[in-house]
Amino acid sequence: MAATALSKKKTTKSQKAPPKKKQKNEFFSTKHTATKELSDHSDTEDEEIVQNEDSEGDIGGSDSVSELSSDGDKPFTDDFLQGSEEDEEKGSGSKSGSGSDSDSDSDEYDIEKKSRAIDEERAREEQEADEEMQLNIKEESDEFRLPTKEELEEESERPPDLPSIQRRIKEIVRVLTNFKNLKQEGAPRKDYIEQLKKDLASYYGYNDFLIGALVEMFPVVELMELIEAFEKPRPMCLRTNTLKTRRRDLADVLINRGVNLDPLSKWSKVGLVVYDSQVPIGATPEYMAGFYMLQSASSFLPVMALAPQEKDRVVDMAAAPGGKTTYIAALMKNSGIIFANEMKPQRLNSLTANLHRMGVTNTIVSNYDGKQLPKVLGLNSVDRVLLDAPCSGTGVISKDESVKTSKSLEDIQNCAHLQKQLILAAIDMVDANSKSGGYIVYSTCSMMVAENEAVIDYALKKRDVKLVPCGLDFGCPGFIRFREQRFHPSLEKTRRFYPHVHNMDGFFVAKLKKMSNKKPNVDPSDPPENTEEGTRLAENEEEGTRLAKEEVGLSQSVKENSKRERTKLTKEKQDSSDGATGNGNVESLSTASKWKKRKFPSKEDVSKAREEKRQALRAEKRKKSIWRKDEWPCLS
Amino acid sequence: MRPLDESETTAVFGKLFKFVGNNLKNIVENPSHEGPDSNPGRYCFRLQKNKVYYVSEALVKRATNIARPNLVSLGTCIGKLTHGGSFHLTVQSLNLLASNAKHKVWLKPTSEMSFLYGNHVLKGALGRITENIAPGDGVVVFSMSDVPLGFGIAAKSTQDCRKLDPNGIVVLHQADIGGYLRMEDDL
Repeated sequence: MAATALSKKKTTKSQKAPPKKKQKNEFFSTKHTATKELSDHSDTEDEEIVQNEDSEGDIGGSDSVSELSSDGDKPFTDDFLQGSEEDEEKGSGSKSGSGSDSDSDSDEYDIEKKSRAIDEERAREEQEADEEMQLNIKEESDEFRLPTKEELEEESERPPDLPSIQRRIKEIVRVLTNFKNLKQEGAPRKDYIEQLKKDLASYYGYNDFLIGALVEMFPVVELMELIEAFEKPRPMCLRTNTLKTRRRDLADVLINRGVNLDPLSKWSKVGLVVYDSQVPIGATPEYMAGFYMLQSASSFLPVMALAPQEKDRVVDMAAAPGGKTTYIAALMKNSGIIFANEMKPQRLNSLTANLHRMGVTNTIVSNYDGKQLPKVLGLNSVDRVLLDAPCSGTGVISKDESVKTSKSLEDIQNCAHLQKQLILAAIDMVDANSKSGGYIVYSTCSMMVAENEAVIDYALKKRDVKLVPCGLDFGCPGFIRFREQRFHPSLEKTRRFYPHVHNMDGFFVAKLKKMSNKKPNVDPSDPPENTEEGTRLAENEEEGTRLAKEEVGLSQSVKENSKRERTKLTKEKQDSSDGATGNGNVESLSTASKWKKRKFPSKEDVSKAREEKRQALRAEKRKKSIWRKDEWPCLS
Repeated sequence: MRPLDESETTAVFGKLFKFVGNNLKNIVENPSHEGPDSNPGRYCFRLQKNKVYYVSEALVKRATNIARPNLVSLGTCIGKLTHGGSFHLTVQSLNLLASNAKHKVWLKPTSEMSFLYGNHVLKGALGRITENIAPGDGVVVFSMSDVPLGFGIAAKSTQDCRKLDPNGIVVLHQADIGGYLRMEDDL
């Protein structure tokens, strides 16, 4: 500050004044006139000394400069101080090139003037550079604006410019985190988010649906972390087969072969994570002898939650390729019995091969559709069920990039529908009165709420089950509410796992305990949640009663079925949001019928029957209107 | 799934006897801890789609629910019956054979991989060999760390092996655990 004060003094002397310094110059010009007066009044020697000190102060330390400026403030003390320092500074003054010559004032003055000019020039350049930088920074930070329509059109014609898209993504994320302050005038938050979605979709290769779904589930910063985590593969893990070896021994043998590995985490006693390997890890003699199984870390979780005991009867409804089944067998120490079921015949080979390789002897492998299993194995017959449901796979994008573009809303809803049926089948197989269990574990490798929390909520409503803690406390709890949906509060006992938080594939695990073997009949007089459903409900009620009364040979059980059909319809309306309910309706009809062991008519028959009934009713109404004069009793 | 009939049973037991000799009694009468009952049951042999399975009785009882076209596997598969009625052991029976084997051969670490690729066992690969092997006996092949690698038929007796040159075949390869990777679909 003292230096600038000095330079400003010099500025006035040499009559160069940048505009912003004008006001300061005025101030210092008054000071300067004061010093000038002083110098006028004082001796030439004093003036020399002043000038000496001026130049001295500029070249030398700031101490003398500050002294000088303070001297400038108090003109009368100047003389005194300058007089006392004269001796000290004359000697040092002789160093300075300018002003040491006491012979001629004018000479001195010229040289000093030049030096001051140079110094002032330098200082001014510095100042201007500073200002320019400030200006540039200001421009960048304040001026991000959303691209206009014309710019977007232009962009869509050119091939995508990845660095600029990435820059734009970062800018939008920054704006969204501090929206109030950084937003562009007149641009609502929605516009920013739309542009972000488009950019993310084009930069990372997602389709619109999936990006939209992810944006709805995560805040913006976490979303970026998640997407980045999906781009990289998760570390490969293996699980020690405790039927044949121990983790420590296996680790020693593998390290000898040249595999770089570590124990997985403190929550697993059998897991190992492989960083790199000199030999192919899937082809070592130890692998072939069945000492370990290559599995992802997230696949350990549902079996840990299931916690099968020795001598349990366990069903694994979607068992291929057998990683979880062999883990269950290892935990049970080959006692009890496991039913491993797999629907697709092509995957059965790998399932049986893995079972034999790992030395599992207590397993029966079957090839059924999971929904038919309760009929085959019997209701209320097993202790535990593991349902690792077929899903859309949105949590394992790092393994399978095609999921980014191939999933649509319809896919998710089809999966959700299948999962709901499977979970009901799973619950029906479990014996609630079993001594050691009555547990069902439901898991998926997806992150969509429609496939996870919604399915569990559906099960809670349909059967007498309740959620219990999984025992996996290091996960994130499941959602209790999501957008417009509200779930049962016990859903916070379910667990979600994310790649960017846990360094595992996206996963969801829920553990249910069956309380009783009854299947509750949902009360039909429950008030529906919105008027739309209310009218639909009334319509169905009429149809239901008509069905019951007028179809030939139908008994009370069918009426119950139709009630259940109607309530299932309302429930499904609440859960799913598109036209798949039609299908769901009929399929739920057929599943309902299975429990009553009746052959229910097919879809076409049902609609035909309804048409006929409607026509019959219309005919009757017409007849009624004619006969009203005779006071014919009302039929409805 | 059905129990084996006379000829099939003789074929299976005959093959097993080559490998395990009198330990066959152990195999048949092994108490099994599988099944949810606490009393150990017994093992039995069942036939499903030309494959012979060694299962404990508790499992067999419960597998009767499953329809024939849908039953894929139960317990341990030990081998396949051919169309002509003869029986071949497959690699999945290795655990059972290894625990009851009469004739064993141990391989040097450097020659393990060669056997796992499906080659026969040469004299130069032998680390150890049990006494009293006759040609035509079933031999189970181990690694030096006692991990079972596979099985085969002895080509020479133990005495003859000593006189053999290093490239002579000692054990003819029949099945090895490398088969889980090479022939997963054929198992």
